[in-house]
Amino acid sequence: MSRLRILADPIDPAQVEASVRGAAHGATACFTGIVRELADDGRSVSGLSYEAHAEMAVAEFERIAAEAIQYFGTCEIAVAHRVGNLAVGDVAVAVAVGAVHRSTALDACRYAIDQLKARAPIWKREMYADGSSAWRDNCPPDRQA
Amino acid sequence: MVVRVVTFARLRELLGFEWRAVTLAEGADASDAWAVLSADAPAIQSLRASTRFARNGRMVDADQALSDGDELALLPPVGGG
Repeated sequence: MSRLRILADPIDPAQVEASVRGAAHGATACFTGIVRELADDGRSVSGLSYEAHAEMAVAEFERIAAEAIQYFGTCEIAVAHRVGNLAVGDVAVAVAVGAVHRSTALDACRYAIDQLKARAPIWKREMYADGSSAWRDNCPPDRQA
Repeated sequence: MVVRVVTFARLRELLGFEWRAVTLAEGADASDAWAVLSADAPAIQSLRASTRFARNGRMVDADQALSDGDELALLPPVGGG
């Protein structure tokens, strides 16, 4: 099974991390993005709804993974991103990198999630406790959470 | 020629369809397809500058010529992660 996926089912970050383990890897680094209860403007969030151009998103994950290997060294990268309706506390995205040493794993993991947020054709609707909702675009990289 | 236009997020909501077969003149490009769609849904006009186009899964400029049977995806600013 590919390690780069768009999923309609819940993500288990431990499973994503396990997929990049290997006898040659002395390190894994993982990022987990989770639905939080407050929007950036302080409004109470009841959930998020994600949609994606799945084929293009996976192709973008592949390009990002290839770039990370080029920039930071040999590693294995796994990405899982949800689509559909998510509640507060649900995992929206998991990125895991396995590498010989920690620097490659950490740098590649940071790069992969930053680039995913900037480039992958995935969209997010924020639903608020008052019943309203809004599409949320990602901020420039220097303002990303 | 006929292209399959696929839409996402706010563009999907404003246009009212996930995909639609759109008939265009031979040699039409992505901006021509946008013009046809925005004539029916003026609410999308203000989103033109922030919309990117993908032809058969690859990002293209608005002046990219289309071919019969192409998929043209209309991509609003992204919000993944």
